[in-house]
Parts: sequence; C-alpha cells; structure tokens
Amino acid sequence: MSVELDVFVGNTTIMDEEVYQLWLDGYTVTDAVKVRMEGGVLDECEANADVVLSDTMDQYRTFHMCERLLHSPAKLANQLLYQITPHRQTILIERYYAFDDGFVREVLGKKLSKGTKKDLDDISAKTGVTLKSCRRQFDNFKRVFKVVEELKGPLVENIRHHFLLSDKLAKDYAAIVFFANNRFETGKRKLQYLTFQDFAFCAGQLINNWTVGAVAGPDSFVDNMVEDMDVDLDKEFLQELKELKILITDKDLLDQHKSLVCTALRGKTKTFNEMEANFKNLSRGLVNIAAKLTNTKDVRDFFIDLVEKFIEPCRSDRWTAADMKLYLTHYTNSVHILDTFKHQIVWDRYMGVIKSCIFKMYHD
Amino acid sequence: MPGKLKAKIVAGRHLPVMDRASDLTDAFVEVKFGNTTFKTDVYPKSLNPQWNSEWFKFEVDDEDLQDEPLQITVLDHDTYSANDAIGKVYIDIDPLLCTEAASVISGWFPIYDTIHGIRGEINVLVKVELFNDLNRFRQSSCGVKFFCTTSIPRGYRAATVHGFVEELVVNEDPEYQWIDRIRTPRASNEARQRLISLMSGELQRKIGLKVLEMGGNAVVGYLQCFDLEGESGLVVRAIGTACSLEKLSSGSILNTHTHPNTAPASNACNSPSKDGKEPVFGEDLPSSSGPPTPFRALPTSSSSPPPPFSPSKPCSRQSSSSDTDLSLTPKTGMGSGGSAGKEAGPLKTLLRQQTQTALEQREFPFFTLTSFPSAFLLHVGGVVNARSVKLLDRIHNPDEPETRDAWWEEIRQEIKSHAKALGCHAVVGYSESTSICEEVCILSASGTAAILNHRYMREGCLDIGSTDHRFEEPSPPTCGFCHIPYDELNMPFPAQLTYCYHCRRQKVPDVLFTTIDLPAEAAVTGKGCHIQARLCRLKKKAQGEVNATAISNLLPFMEYELHTQLMNKLKLRSMNALFGLRIQISVGENMLLGLASATGVYLTALPAPGGIQIAGKTPGDPSNEQHILTIQKRINDAIAKNKELYQINPPELTEEGVGSPIPEPRQRSRLFRSHSESSDELSELDLSHGKKDAFVLEIDDTDAVEDIHSLLTDANPPIGFYSCNTETMPGIYNWTSGIQMFTSVRILRLSNTNLTNQGLNKIFTDLCENLLKSFYFKLRSMVPCCLCHLNFTVAVPEEELIQVAVTAVAMTFDKDQTQEKLAEKLIPKGGSDTDEQLQFPLELCADSSNSQPSSKISGVPESTNISSRAASVDYGSFADRCSTWLELLRLKAHTIRRGSVKTSRRTQSLAHSVSSLEHSSPLPEGRSRSLRSSRSFGGSSVTVVKMTPLSFLPGTRIIKYLGIINMFFIRETTSLREEGGVSGFLHSFIAEVFAMVRAHVAALGGNAVVSYSMQDCVLMENPNKNQAQCLINVSGDAVICVRESDQDSLASTTTIGHSCSSTTDVTT
Repeated sequence: MSVELDVFVGNTTIMDEEVYQLWLDGYTVTDAVKVRMEGGVLDECEANADVVLSDTMDQYRTFHMCERLLHSPAKLANQLLYQITPHRQTILIERYYAFDDGFVREVLGKKLSKGTKKDLDDISAKTGVTLKSCRRQFDNFKRVFKVVEELKGPLVENIRHHFLLSDKLAKDYAAIVFFANNRFETGKRKLQYLTFQDFAFCAGQLINNWTVGAVAGPDSFVDNMVEDMDVDLDKEFLQELKELKILITDKDLLDQHKSLVCTALRGKTKTFNEMEANFKNLSRGLVNIAAKLTNTKDVRDFFIDLVEKFIEPCRSDRWTAADMKLYLTHYTNSVHILDTFKHQIVWDRYMGVIKSCIFKMYHD
Repeated sequence: MPGKLKAKIVAGRHLPVMDRASDLTDAFVEVKFGNTTFKTDVYPKSLNPQWNSEWFKFEVDDEDLQDEPLQITVLDHDTYSANDAIGKVYIDIDPLLCTEAASVISGWFPIYDTIHGIRGEINVLVKVELFNDLNRFRQSSCGVKFFCTTSIPRGYRAATVHGFVEELVVNEDPEYQWIDRIRTPRASNEARQRLISLMSGELQRKIGLKVLEMGGNAVVGYLQCFDLEGESGLVVRAIGTACSLEKLSSGSILNTHTHPNTAPASNACNSPSKDGKEPVFGEDLPSSSGPPTPFRALPTSSSSPPPPFSPSKPCSRQSSSSDTDLSLTPKTGMGSGGSAGKEAGPLKTLLRQQTQTALEQREFPFFTLTSFPSAFLLHVGGVVNARSVKLLDRIHNPDEPETRDAWWEEIRQEIKSHAKALGCHAVVGYSESTSICEEVCILSASGTAAILNHRYMREGCLDIGSTDHRFEEPSPPTCGFCHIPYDELNMPFPAQLTYCYHCRRQKVPDVLFTTIDLPAEAAVTGKGCHIQARLCRLKKKAQGEVNATAISNLLPFMEYELHTQLMNKLKLRSMNALFGLRIQISVGENMLLGLASATGVYLTALPAPGGIQIAGKTPGDPSNEQHILTIQKRINDAIAKNKELYQINPPELTEEGVGSPIPEPRQRSRLFRSHSESSDELSELDLSHGKKDAFVLEIDDTDAVEDIHSLLTDANPPIGFYSCNTETMPGIYNWTSGIQMFTSVRILRLSNTNLTNQGLNKIFTDLCENLLKSFYFKLRSMVPCCLCHLNFTVAVPEEELIQVAVTAVAMTFDKDQTQEKLAEKLIPKGGSDTDEQLQFPLELCADSSNSQPSSKISGVPESTNISSRAASVDYGSFADRCSTWLELLRLKAHTIRRGSVKTSRRTQSLAHSVSSLEHSSPLPEGRSRSLRSSRSFGGSSVTVVKMTPLSFLPGTRIIKYLGIINMFFIRETTSLREEGGVSGFLHSFIAEVFAMVRAHVAALGGNAVVSYSMQDCVLMENPNKNQAQCLINVSGDAVICVRESDQDSLASTTTIGHSCSSTTDVTT
C-alpha cells in the first residue's frame, strides 16, 4: 500500500514560512521533515510523521512551481495562477533573494560565469551552505546582474523596482553587481578578515561618490539615460585623480601638509610619534592608490592596496579606531589650507570615500 | 436575429516563447463563435502583444448565444510552416444574457492549452446586445437565472417555488470516435472540451425553457453532472429547482406580505376536498396526512411497524435497485398541533390537501434546495434513497436519450414512493449521482422526505393573510420540523416516538437523518460534528450481467453497514440527528467503496440518545465478561468526553414534570447486530445512562470487534478545530472573515493483493482520517476555525487504486463566545437566510425559541417588537444562545430593510461604475500601466477572488449575482516525470482551474464565487508511458460582495470600481 498521489491546493496559496526557509536552505524533503519534527511541530494539532511528510512535500511542490515566478518577481504580482497576498508575496521574494553572508563573501568580485558556478561545490563544502542553496544564490546574483546590466538609471532603484526587494537587500545586490562588474579582488588572505557587510558599505560609498551617476545626482533626469551610470567608475574623475600626485611629488606641499597635520594631532593621541614618523609613507600610499585608478587592474586591487598601504601599517603601530578617525580627518582637512593645491574638489571626492571605507575596514 | 455579440481583443501578456531563435513570439488571435471566425493582426516579436483590435461582431440567434461559448485561440504566426497554437480561452456568454447579471465581460483570461496548461494571459472585452424576441415558440430561454446555491439567493425572495426541473443530453464521446486514432491528443481534448461546453449550454437552455413553461424565472440549486460512459457515450445531466424569484427592493419589503401576487384566502379553500379525509387531521386523531402509508413499491423493510429487528432490512431489499430509507422517524399526522384551535382544523385540512394535490399533480415534488426560507419546511420525515445498477450500452441516437431518461425516471419514482411511505408529499435536499466502472453504472438518488408549507408552492393559491398563519404554523419553527409527518400507528419502520422535548405537544422520533442543512431556526444543544462512515467491500471481477447482479446484491449490505456505523458514531457522540447526509457508493472492478458523511447535532427537540452497550455472545464466560466490561468502560468514557467536547448539556427535563406525559412508554429496544435476549442481561450494565435505552452492540464475531475498535479510533478534531459537511457548524455563529477554500486529492495504491474486507476497511478509514489530520495540520494557523462543507468524493479509478477528493472551506470564528452577540451584529452570516427572505414581520416571541416546553406560540412564528425582544433575551444557556442569535438575525433583517434604499442605489452606482469604466477605455488605468512594459513595477493588478463552497462569505454581503460559472477542463501530459509526477501534474492542474475560475469571475466584475463545487475530478495515469490525463468540472455562482462594515455606499462603490481595475482587499 502506498500513496500514489497526494495534493492540497488552496484558493489562497498556503505557505509555511518555516518550510520555505528549509526549502531555500536546500534541505531535502526527508531532512526537512526531520528538522520540523525535531522542532516540535508534532505537538501542534496532534500531527504525526505522515502528516508532516505530506505537508512538507506539498509545500516543496508549491515552492518549486512558484520558483519560476520568483525569477521575475514583478510577474508574481500580476500572474493569475497563484493567489498570494501581497504581504506574503513580499516575504517570498525577500527570502528568495536573501543570501548567506558566508557564501556571498566567497563569490564577491568574481566573474558571475559558468566557471565560477562549477566551483560552487567547493564553496558549499567550505561555507557549509548546501549546494542547492549556493546555486540559487549564485543564480540570483547572475540574474540581477544580467537584468540591471541592460538598464539605464540608478542601480539601487533599478534593482528595487525590478526585483521588488527591500531597500537594504537592493543595496546589497547593488554592491554585488558593482563588485562583479569591477571585479574587485576580495579573496586574498589579507582581505579575509573583511565581512560582506564591510564590502557592501564600501561599494555603497563608491557607487554614491565615484560613479557617473554620482555626479548627476538623484534629481537629474538627463543623466538617468546614461548606461551603467552606477556600475562604472567615473572615468573623468579617475583621470583627475592623477593630479593629486602633486601632494607627494611636490616636496614643499608634502612637508607643509605633514606639519599641518602634526600640529593638529600633537598631544591628542598616544600614537602621535608613530603617526608623525609614518606620515609620508601613508600619504604616498593613499595618493598612489588614487593616481593608479585609471588602470583597470589597479581598480581591482583597490581594497588590497588600501589594506597593504594603509591599514596594515597603522595596525602594526597599534592605532585605535579613534586614532584613525582623528588622523584621517585632519589629513583630509589640512589639504584645504594648502593654497598652492588646486584640486580641492577632486581631493574631497576622493578622500570622502577613502575615509569612510577605511573607517569601516579598520577592525580585526 | 435577436442578438449581437461583440468581442474585442486588447492585449496579451506573459506569452510563452514560441520562436527559439529570437526568444519571442509573433502572436495573433482567432475569435470564433458558431461558424464565424475573425482574426486579429499579427503582433510581431513580442511576449506582451498589444492588438487593440476592432470590435468583432457576431450576429446570432439567442439560442446559439446560450449554447455556444465564445472561443478565442491565440496562435504564433509562422511564415513557412503551419501556425502553432499557443492556447485557447472559452468564454461562456450566458451571464451577459441576463439583464440582472453582468453587463460586460472584461479582463485578463489565462490562455489555456490542454497539453501545456496556462501559457500567458489575454485581455478581452465582450458585450452582447439583445433584441426583444416576440416569438412565442422560441427555443431559447435567455433571462432565466441560474444559481448553484441550494438556498434562496441572498437579496432575492421566492414568490413561488415551482419545483423540480431536470434534463439530460447525450452524445458520442469524441475520445472514442474513430477520428481520435488519427488526431493529436490536443485536438481530441479540445473537441471534447468544446462538445461538453456546447452540451452544457444546450442543457441549460432546455432547463431554462422548462422553467419558463412553469412560469418561473430562475433555477436554484442547479446541479450539473457528466457521466463519462466511455464507449457508450457522454451524458450531461442537470437537476434544479424552478422558482419565481423577486429581487428584494426597498419599499416593498417592510410590511408587505410575502406573496403579493397570491389570491385571497378563500381561494385556498375552494378545492373541493375529499371530505372523508378531513377528520384525519383532527388534533387527537393522528392518522396519515399523506396517502395512507403505502407499503406498495417499497421493497424496503418498511412493511410492519412494530418488528424491531432491523437486520431483516437488508434481506428484503431488492437486487437491481436497493432502497433504503435511512431515517428512523416516526409520528402522527403532520402538524396537527394543540395550539391550532378547533376551528382551525377543517381549513387547515383543506389547505393541506390542496397543497398535496398541488404537489401530487407534479410528477416529482422534489427540491434540490438544502435550506429554506423560514416556515417553508413544516416537517421532515427522513432520508429517502434509491439506487439502481445498470448496464451501459451504446447510445445509438443522441437526439433521443430515452434510455437514460427512463432510468432516472424509474429512480425518481422510487424516491417519490419512499417519501409517500414516510407520510411526506415532497422531497427536499434532493440530489442524483452516478458511479461508472467499465460498463456498469450505479445510479443513485437521495433526498429528505418532507412536508412543505404550500404557500410557496403555487401562485394564486395563497396569501391567506395573517389570520391564516395561526393555522399554518401550529408548531414552533425551532422544533416543528422534527415532528413526525407519518402515522404513529402505521410507522413505516420501527422507531421510538416521544413527545417533542421542546414543545411537548407533538411526537418526535428518537433519531433524525436528513440530507438538508440544519434549519436556521432549529434549537440545538451544544456543537455539531462531522461524522463519517466508511466501508469497503471486495467483489469478484466479472463481466456484464453477472457483474451487475453481484453489485446489486452487495449494495443493500453496504447501505446497512454504513447506516449502522453512522448510528453508532452518532450515539458515541451523544447526538441525535444527522444533517447533510450524503452516501456515496463507488464501484471498481474488484471492490465497492461506500462513504457516508453527515453532520451530527443534538437537536433539543429530540430525546437524548441512549448509550451504547456491549454484549458478549456467551454471557457465562467470566474472562469474556471482563473484556466486555473494559470495552464498555472505554465507550462510556468516550461518550462522556464527547459530551464535554461538543458541549452537549441538554436541559434537564424529567419526563414526569412535563405537561403531557408520554403515553405508555414502550419498552424500547433497538438492537443492532444482536439478539433480543441479550438486552435483558445488559440492563445491568447500563449504569451511566439511567433509564434511557441504549444501543446494544454484541461482540459475537471479529467483525463486531473491528467495528467497536474503529468506533473508538475515530479521532476528534484537535483543539481549536471543528468540522462539518453542512453550510455552517451548528453551535458556532460568530464567524470572522478569514476563509480558505481548498481542494485536496489523495490516491492510494493497494499493493497487497489478497486483502480482506477488514483490511480494506482499515486502509480506507485511515485514508480518510489521515486526510482530515492533514487538513487540520495545514490550517493550524487559522485556529480557531471550522472546516465547513467538507465534501468527500470517493472513486476507484483503477483496480488497485482508491481515490478520495475533498473540497471544503476553513472559516475562522471568534473564540470568545461571549462576544458573539456583538459579532453577530457585524457579521450576520447566513443570517441572510433569514435576513432578506423574511418578508413578513416576524412575530416570534422571545421565549418561543427558548427550550422551555412551556413557551407559548403566539400565532405567527414571526416577530415584530425588536427592542423588547432583544431586551428579554437570556444568554444563559447554550440553547438560548442559539435563539439569541436568531433574534439578532431578525434584528439585522430589519436594519437591512431600513437601509435597503441605500443598497439598491449602491448596486446601481456599481453597475454604472463598471460600465463607465468600460466606456472610457478598454483598459482601466491600473492595467494599461502594467501593460506598458513587461516589467510592471510593483503593485498587484489582480483582483482577489474569494471562493467558497458555501452560499455566503462571512462578514460580507452579496450585492449582486453575476451568473453561473460552469467550466470543464481537460489536461494531458506526455512528460509526467518532468512535471513532478502525478502529484505535480494534478497540483498544477487544480491551481490552473482555480486561476481560470477566478479570472472569469473577475472579468464579470465579481470578487467571489459562492456555492463552488468540483463535480468531477477524473484522473487517468500511465506512469510507464510517462503520461497522464485529468478532467475536472467545477461550478459555482459568481458574485459581487461587499464587506458588511462598509456602510457608506460611496465607499463601497469605489472599492468595487477599484477592484475591477486593480487591487482589492486581501484574503488571508
């Protein structure tokens, strides 16, 4: 005796959030049943193992059938096949597009190609995220990437509208797309201590300040027509960054800058001596990063450079986060007093981002 | 040429990719009606084409309009090869033919393909211009309204109930025609869908004609079924109740009498009655009210009243047609109540006789309704039931479906005679069904024998004015229907009679079985519960006549077994009546399945059920005795537990204390599976149930042990859940608005080849029990809730398979019983039953609905003084609560009447808003926006359509019926594995069917389907070939409903107008 067929269809599609999560996490039906039973679901409604199994299979089937629609969430709202409350639709989409920080950290900055997809089993083994879930997350990244690639206008807005995601999730996806597009190196051992949220924050900074879209501003309609406005860095700006080199090539300027910073810092921090000693090195590091950004290769190494040229020396000198804040503030602001330096705007645009990125990245 | 049909193809969306090279589609549309076809232009390279076609006009007969569906085919244009079909939409034009229903069909329809399922959507606009037809001999019946709802639809009142209408049409099944060998599965499926669509259109038209002939304007309780007889053909048949409905409008309701068009009282008396019969109805002379209880035509046990041995019953049943009257009811001539004054006697008699003659003139005094306006149903006799086994042969001439007609005629006659035997002149809650396996077909019909108030029966025979009411309703509505309609001395079957526990004036049976819903005004103690009897019987495989005989020999035993099970389960729950009883017997090649479902209640008017007693065959054996004692204890415990669970605490009524003592209480002894001698020795065991007599179960064989075991293993629903198969749960009134309709199908494969009857029974019982458990588990988030209208359908699709399909609705209710008065004001659920249909001012005094037998029935059982009554209500006991609820309903009825001007205005403005919407632009704002790009941003543009098998939606009011939904779909696959196996296949098909129903309702401008049902779900699979095919037939009434709380007409108009274009409120 065996159950040949077993279906349950509600006029309003019934979805259990717990089972949905198990499905998203790539559990097999059998494993999901086990998890549910251990979770005490049997105590509810005098259920037995058969009932839970039947329910789980049903739910899995429903999710499987809805998955096609979740690939283009806007369809979910005006499709006729499943009657799902808007509230539930939002949950379905949001959860479907949610990802594991551990997983995304592994693929961040990698090309979203078939090659990477083949490595997913390694990533799965490393992160402990099931392969099924890895595939879903990877496909989500790829799908979002493909869709926004062809669109004009602001990146975050596009993602939010096309995938009906929350603001937070849309921003995270913007970061993923941005990293994948610019192929930032994130995998080096020195960068391992950084979390996805660190990178996402930095990506947000770069998108908001260094891209073409950033200049146009959110209210400008004309520039909404520019393609990839939020995905590619502003080429003109990158060119202009070369001008900053004068801060380290011109000896006078360099000295002047140093003395201004040191005057401001003296007595305010325990690590003053180290700061003073390292000033030129650190300044050279930052300005050189700026000057090299015209090369795609160097753009990729942006974060590794930041860590190697600036964060690591500071860390070895045992700067505190407060020291860092103090130093960078004065380092940035002192430039305004240098009369001979003509590139204040570029400097601010550059340092604004660098400053917040370093603040975010400066931790253990 | 009385009609012009106009259709416009607006746009498509989400089309499938038909050209792999470009990942796009070059779509165009063919619009076909009858033999005329129009085409749109090709909209190249798009998955979201905007055809925006001209209006395609079809000039047609209204006969065709009724029969034919509008057929829309979406195709992909291909320059070099044949155009590929994407899918089709069939649109039933019928709702547009009725002035009161929808005026335009406009909306997104899923494009359906029988092989691929839903493939995108198409936006269509359809209108009809009808010209007046003066031809008297017309073949069409445009304008007759159809309702699936088995009660008088909300917002209407029945001026006259004309009675039974039936029709059937037959044809060859395209699947079995020679051409099927050479055409594609798709072509074959489409031919079948189209044919059935045509046939049901024709059927509806023919029924409509009959209704017009009878002088009616509507069919209520319309039930259409398909019999797929395979080689021998395809039968579409329908039954319904013809009525003259009047729309309730503001002014007329308040104090006008129900029957404005009825003749003066005298008219009622002028039928020269057989005087001889007159004394018969005198109050002290109980005798037959109907024809003297006929034993003729009753092969049933009904023969002699006193013999107590029911086991004789099955033996007397005949082979080819097994008759059963399941009701165990007894009693005097009908409503001859003490309160009816002497002078009332003759007039009443005359009236009744007239009614009866009126009814008897009719071939079949049947009613498919299951609930009635109050005072319509006078007495209920019990369930009448007839089955017949037939051998199918090819239908040679489709135009003369005489054989099938004759078969049904035969069965109906039998039902009629059963009803007569019960002293009843009518059958209510009537339904018919078939079960087919190969060439054998079981035809079944069942209903509830009843005596009806003739006022509704015939135009012109009524309205006797209020004086007459006194004679008409001698018994209070809370218990009147329980009073036996038959002759006490000539009882059609053995039963115990007592005086009504409610009014103490009339006799009532000890148990009452019915197929109808619990009358709204009935007094009930505690809550009800779903009771199911399940049975499997193996049979030898055989062919032809031998097979048919074998089946018909088994039938009576099955019915008897089912009946016994029901009775035992009822007793175990300490209840005394069953409502909504439905017994199905399904035939398979090597077994028969029987399933009886009903809702048990404790009717306050009926005596408390005795317990169940266990007896051993050999009284002397001490070890055995011990065993029996343990079982007895378990049963007693179960009864006590159930009493608590269902809150059955009947008011203590000592029989002596009551005014009219029961004359000579006979020694009652009902013995099931037992011998009479056992009863003596058992009385010692009868500890807990006092003087009440008990059911005796004798453990004389393993069968009985099994029975007792299964009796005790039936699980009660978990805490927070209730279930019933009637419209609503007796004892629960405060519904909140959460609803969830669902369909569930489960098929079990029996791998064990040598199963015994017991083994099979166990499997079948577990299957049903597990299904229920699954429902409770799935719906646990809705607690507290009640599964209503649980409708189980069993089938044996193949030799080793058992299929159970269930459709039901889960409805939430307010746990807090004390709030129920408040809640009731806001949510008068089926109150509308009483609501709008109660046109006469209700004159029921508050205490009449009290369970006290002393209550005085002051003439009319209807009420006037609201305020005083409301004040006098006592919420103390549960029984009272019921009446309280009724009071409130009535109160509500008044409020509604007062506000009804507003109501009608609302309806108008609504219609206006719909039409204006359609005038302004084919695409309401919401839609056109979403059309602009494939990626419409945010927001749902899909109307939420609620579905329910009930006739109402809690917390809402139906403001308009838009027409009947009757759809038939076939789905086939040749890639079963890829679609997730049979479960995946059926799951998506059912979801698709729901989607198509919702889309049609939304296109009619509606937001809900009531009285939804899935008549057929036939699944055939061949996993080895990776193939499966499924047929589903669904029906229901499309309606517009508004939330009860939306008092502001303006607000509600906008809500609806809005819902047409975009979102409405959200179902939970």
